[in-house]
Amino acid sequence: MAIAPVVNRRDFLKTGAAGGVALVIGFHLSPSALVDQAQEQEKKPPNPFDAWVRITPDNRVTLILEKSEMGQGIMTALPMIVAEELCVDWKQVDVEQAPTNPKIYDHGTGGSGSVSDSWLPLRQAAAAAREMLIAAAAQKWEVGADTCKAEKGSVVHGHPERYFKYGDLVETASKLPIPNFHKVPLKNSDDFTIVGHDMPRFEGRDKATGAAKFGIDSRPPGMLFAVVARCPVFDGKLVSFDATRAKAVPGVRDVIRFKTEGRGASISDGIAVLAENTWAAIQGRKVLEVKWDEGPASSESSAELHKQFLANAAKPGKIVRNDGDADSVLASSPKKIEAAYELPFAAHACMEPMNCTVHIRPDGAEAWVPTQGPQWAQGVIAEAAQLPPEKVIVHTTLMGGGFGRRYQADFVMEAAQVAKSTGKPVMVVWTREDDMQHDFYRPASYHKLQGALDSEGKLAAWKHFQTSTSIAAKWSPKGEDDPGLGEFGTGATIPYTTPNIRIEYTLAHSSVPRAWWRSVEHSSSGFVVESFIDELAAAAGQDPLAFRLKLIGADRKIPQFDREEAHPLDTARLKGVLQLAAAKAGWGQPLPKGQGRGIATFFSFNSYTAAVAEVGVKDGAVKLNRLVYAVDCGRPVNPDGIRAQIESAAIYGLSAALHDAITISAGRVDQSNFNDYQMPRINETPKTEVHVVMSQEAPTGIGEPGLPVVAPAVCNAIFAATGKRIRRLPARPEDFA
Amino acid sequence: MAISFTLNGKPQSVDVSPDMPLLWVLRDTLNMTGTKFGCGMALCGACTVHINGEATRSCITAISSVAGKKVTTIEGLSADGSHPVQQAWMEEDVPQCGYCQSGQIMSAVALLSKKPSPTDADIDDAMSGNICRCGTYQRIRKAIHRAASMQGGKAKSAA
Repeated sequence: MAIAPVVNRRDFLKTGAAGGVALVIGFHLSPSALVDQAQEQEKKPPNPFDAWVRITPDNRVTLILEKSEMGQGIMTALPMIVAEELCVDWKQVDVEQAPTNPKIYDHGTGGSGSVSDSWLPLRQAAAAAREMLIAAAAQKWEVGADTCKAEKGSVVHGHPERYFKYGDLVETASKLPIPNFHKVPLKNSDDFTIVGHDMPRFEGRDKATGAAKFGIDSRPPGMLFAVVARCPVFDGKLVSFDATRAKAVPGVRDVIRFKTEGRGASISDGIAVLAENTWAAIQGRKVLEVKWDEGPASSESSAELHKQFLANAAKPGKIVRNDGDADSVLASSPKKIEAAYELPFAAHACMEPMNCTVHIRPDGAEAWVPTQGPQWAQGVIAEAAQLPPEKVIVHTTLMGGGFGRRYQADFVMEAAQVAKSTGKPVMVVWTREDDMQHDFYRPASYHKLQGALDSEGKLAAWKHFQTSTSIAAKWSPKGEDDPGLGEFGTGATIPYTTPNIRIEYTLAHSSVPRAWWRSVEHSSSGFVVESFIDELAAAAGQDPLAFRLKLIGADRKIPQFDREEAHPLDTARLKGVLQLAAAKAGWGQPLPKGQGRGIATFFSFNSYTAAVAEVGVKDGAVKLNRLVYAVDCGRPVNPDGIRAQIESAAIYGLSAALHDAITISAGRVDQSNFNDYQMPRINETPKTEVHVVMSQEAPTGIGEPGLPVVAPAVCNAIFAATGKRIRRLPARPEDFA
Repeated sequence: MAISFTLNGKPQSVDVSPDMPLLWVLRDTLNMTGTKFGCGMALCGACTVHINGEATRSCITAISSVAGKKVTTIEGLSADGSHPVQQAWMEEDVPQCGYCQSGQIMSAVALLSKKPSPTDADIDDAMSGNICRCGTYQRIRKAIHRAASMQGGKAKSAA
């Protein structure tokens, strides 16, 4: 039996970090960048006072942030962990973005992994710093370190008035031997005063006053603004252009052709219009005369892709998983149902359009990049500039949204190429239209589900066929034809007990660039699995909550299929969030006619979420009245930050459930701006409650796990209100009216 | 030809193409980057400023139409973030990525100047032109109510 590898974002990143070329993320890495990453594997814990903590004589404590802030609150959550273990008062704390240096820092920010991955290493680094400060005080007093303790930014010995402030100790402390990070004592969680408490975001004031600097706000002296003309069809080529009229636009300084290099670039050579301001650059681009060779992709369309999906679904797929004999049980079962689901491409649509500012000089380069992967941005610029990476200073700026889009470096590559040609600082700015039409989209997918119920209403068989435009295939060096690649995502692990499960996959071909969109494959798996289990509950004549709880069954840990290293799914925790959300939502209580309640639960990024949606359907429109969430993401570091992330993922998921889709005609994206890529606004926002489980387990992901349950909870609620099943997203009025 | 207007209470003169939108004059000519570019078509509200007190999308407002008028940007609301709407935004911890929030705040300030105690429906009407991709809408609603009561409270204590 052939088993297709299950490829996900974290595997990509880890493989990339290990130096494997096959699945290196997005864009090519220069040899020197690969060397850097190999060294990263062997790096020793640095002196915490060099890498993580800076203390000045006035007792201000600056904590260094290695991850990128894109709205997820990491600029608050990670410093909270450090401040807690360091025993400082939150009021003493400043936060500073780390310099880009992959030899010391693990910069990559994605996969909902920042808090879970940093939780232990940051505590260890901070505890080492604290122990060094205590040792320094003990030395000064000539007493045993075990008679001293750290407290609110001071070391105290005996009488509370006998103390040294950290600021008076740091010079001595930073020269003391560094304790073994793995043996350094960690604070007892009962003594936590920062972790587990609601903390407003560190940069909240700057974001309320307009002082916050995003990438697009970078203004190095002498900077030119550039917009780029790209072929509207993916993989098209530049034939020729005439810049006479563009150069005549007041404010335009130059028009240059540049090479887009690297597999991450879904575009061939571009033309940059450089100007004194963004407006002039945009005006110049409008009158640029360009001839493109649109190439073979110009015949692609969403309608053709749908036909490809149907043709694929008519044939068996590659077997991903096959436990028991689902086909035979389905063939002989008296009670079976079948349903097909379809999801479109989706755009990230970060509010801050893509942009990157680069200055390349002969002896070095400097860049201001809103990026989730500054280390890769550094590698890309280094390669373009033909400089060693350590000669490239990358400032990671605040980001106006990321959602996975800013893990790519296509916009960095463009800015580096243009900067190389000019020698001046250059900001390449994308317009909204550029951003919408040259994204790396959430894959479009089609799913055929079959299920059989036995005489007791138990799940006798589950079969899930998926065909999709895979992310893995997009990045394979062998391209779409790589026979070794499949992509199933997370639908292969379901919490519902069945002796017979069969999962099949067929790759669908497309030139549309795909990559990680908030919650990645979970956004489709969650919709499909949680919609179909609801259909089975209805077929069994059972309450959707009771049916789920029964099929989840006994408390146990289910290994994630084909991902032995990942956390197993703990059914007790999953049932916990289901029951909590249901109880808080008043599950089972009657609703007026025309209204309905739907439930869904999902395990993603090692976290457990459940949501109950209450909708009203009237005059061909869905109104979401209430959304109740329960989430278990291990020990909550910043509970209010967790609530904010769930509120956010809910709206992002609603957007894809009810409004937005990217469609393709003649090889290009039909949508261009917020008029035809609609998203929820304040008037569509439901009353949202988030109940956070106060777990003692290690923290797990939170930026994405809120998303997968929204679409199925809402669509199941539409079914409860109307009797109509929503099997394609976004939900269209004709599907529920 | 120079175009003169009042910017955050001070006289300002710029010599730019008359059809250049106010947004780019603020951001690229004057380096006042608090006002944001989101769509360029008045679809998202990230660029909202006040012109003579009215919430206006600066991305489609030609600079020539601003001559002689009073422009207020996020930087002009207060010197220190002490405006009640900014305070309410911090207290409700509204921003996530924060990119749209200058525009949200400018729309909210304009709403409250017309309706000091807005209902939820008033908020929906006034704020539906502002997109937040992070989905902070629930907190925006709370913050507007909070700012309304802060301002109401101040008026009462002054009286």
